[in-house]
Amino acid sequence: MAKIVGDVVINVERCKGCGVCVTGCPKDVLTLGKEVNGKGYNFVVKQNDECIGCANCAMICPDVVLTVYRTKIEE
Amino acid sequence: MKELRLMKGNEALAEAAIRYGVDGYFGYPITPQSEVIEYLMSERPEERTGMVVLQAESEVAAINMVYGGGACGKRVMTSSSSPGVSLKMEGVSYIAGSELPCVVANIQRGGPGLGTIQPSQADYFQATKGGGHGDYRMIVLAPASVQEMADFVGLGFELAFKYRNPVMILSDGVIGQMMEKVELQPQQPRRTEEQIRKECPWATLGKTPDRQRNIITSLELDSSKQEVFNNKLQKKYAEIVQNEVRYETINCEDAEYVLVAFGSSARICQKSMDICREQGIKVGILRPITLWPYPYQAVKDLVKNGVKGFLVVELNAGQMIEDVQLAVAEKVKVEHFGRMGGIIPAPGEVVEALKTKIIGG
Amino acid sequence: MSEAFARPEIRKPKNNVFKKTKVLTDNVLHYCPGCGHGVVHRLVAEVIDEMGIQEKTIGIAPVGCAVMAYNYFDIDMQEAAHGRAPALATAIKRMLPEKFVFTYQGDGDLAAIGTAETIHAVNRGEKIVIIFINNGIYGMTGGQMAPTTLKGMPTSTSPYGRDIQTMGNPLKITELVAQLPGAYYVTRQSVHTPVNARKAKNAIKKAFENQAKGCGVSFIEVVSNCNSGWKLSPVKANEWMEQNMFPFYPLGDIKVDGELVK
Repeated sequence: MAKIVGDVVINVERCKGCGVCVTGCPKDVLTLGKEVNGKGYNFVVKQNDECIGCANCAMICPDVVLTVYRTKIEE
Repeated sequence: MKELRLMKGNEALAEAAIRYGVDGYFGYPITPQSEVIEYLMSERPEERTGMVVLQAESEVAAINMVYGGGACGKRVMTSSSSPGVSLKMEGVSYIAGSELPCVVANIQRGGPGLGTIQPSQADYFQATKGGGHGDYRMIVLAPASVQEMADFVGLGFELAFKYRNPVMILSDGVIGQMMEKVELQPQQPRRTEEQIRKECPWATLGKTPDRQRNIITSLELDSSKQEVFNNKLQKKYAEIVQNEVRYETINCEDAEYVLVAFGSSARICQKSMDICREQGIKVGILRPITLWPYPYQAVKDLVKNGVKGFLVVELNAGQMIEDVQLAVAEKVKVEHFGRMGGIIPAPGEVVEALKTKIIGG
Repeated sequence: MSEAFARPEIRKPKNNVFKKTKVLTDNVLHYCPGCGHGVVHRLVAEVIDEMGIQEKTIGIAPVGCAVMAYNYFDIDMQEAAHGRAPALATAIKRMLPEKFVFTYQGDGDLAAIGTAETIHAVNRGEKIVIIFINNGIYGMTGGQMAPTTLKGMPTSTSPYGRDIQTMGNPLKITELVAQLPGAYYVTRQSVHTPVNARKAKNAIKKAFENQAKGCGVSFIEVVSNCNSGWKLSPVKANEWMEQNMFPFYPLGDIKVDGELVK
């Protein structure tokens, strides 16, 4: 059976840790991490592997932090 | 083909703009310069050359249209009279700060405030010493005839594009309203976008793949970079001072006394000079054509040549006299004669002032 | 640093569904965390990219938070005096009728100091796009009252809340310009959720397509946040916006194809 899988690549240094993307993710993939980037922001990280590549996060990210991939895989 | 016509100064300015291939005029009516936009509208420049003529909602909008059009490398201009020119000063400062070319004509009337609709030269300080905010300069041309109203459009644009700097034609209600014979230049074509891209690589005409994007701005939040830019502007202004001083001298070779006057005042002074010469008084005229850069050296040379005194004749309370005083440096007498409120002095009044303030004083 | 939950095997160009458009530069945006400006910048850039008009588009930046918008769009841009962007755009479009011209303005710029330029550019039916960011506050200068500040809303110049009796009413300039015959498309959008952002992008695209067709002004208000000025976290600011801004500034089309929406 085909399954949609996705992945989101986080450009850590662009992230300002606003957390808006977290609210947009339907699969709770994203969360603000404990680490900080070069500017001192708690950047966003992934907390599970359930990304479906819907790009909702990227759609509302104000800083173009996220790049999103999606494909179908056979299980 | 050149053409002779009898025209008002304001009309000559407008006709010259069409013939020079100006791309856009943005204006707002105000006495005594409304003939500029009226003439342009009646001439259908959109058919003659494709020139855009637009009556804006205010002088503020008009100068900012000039700011937008100038950024595209287009030949754009506006005109107004004193109260309206005050409104344009914000835009002029941005244009100077963004290093864009444009021509602004001020057909001066009396102030301050709403003042009078009659002629005046009381905006000399505003035109030559700033007007808007920040360290900037406008090249200021002072026409003294209807012919020069026409000629200074082309000269103004040449200087504006050569230095990427706003140019003001500082005229007044006399020159704008009076009719004289004028020889008009033949029609020049407007420049194509290709020509503008070549001549003005900085213009915002759309980013092509062969160049970086063009940004027209006067903003720089980094103080050290802003100072570098300020110094660059000052260097440009020094170059303009070096190259672009223009003036006319009449009968100064043997003159003992010199009338210093620009624009309409210089016309009155011609008659005053004739009266003096008939009476055996050796009087000459120094007529600055560029009010900035100012012909300081010409004044200094006259002092060196033995001129005994200068009468600065202006339709104001004494503004240009400060520049003459600066050049003369108290070596000889410098006095002012002017009328205000829109009063035009008779040539005899100037002669009387010369006699009482300079010769007899 | 190892990346948790990564799927490097699917990170192939053919699987890419979202990446930064080339019409945005690589400069990191200077806006506060969570500010809607970044989203609107991106949407405008994406539309320019998708329509293939990067070489033909000239943008006008305002005075306000977006004063340096020209740092982010890889197109020719000019920075206007405060409120004067529609005057610049008028001249540029008339000088270069084949190009695409848009202004990007905030509420202070467009609805206070630039009200005359806004109304007259719209009333003349200039063939331009106006993007209007309304967050009800002056962000750049530190959170002062804007023409669109809501009744009772505290700002640094209305510290006890906007008092209508002494400070006047919040201005619905979008409804006002919609009445003008020169307005062809007037809409109010937001970009705080994926659904809203996609709708806003469609609106921006429609606006640029209107310009391609030579229609009058397309005016897009984006009700946005100012978490710094509102003194809320980015996520809380978006919630506050839904609860307080949207009831007074309702989202949706106001005028489409020259006709007011009933």
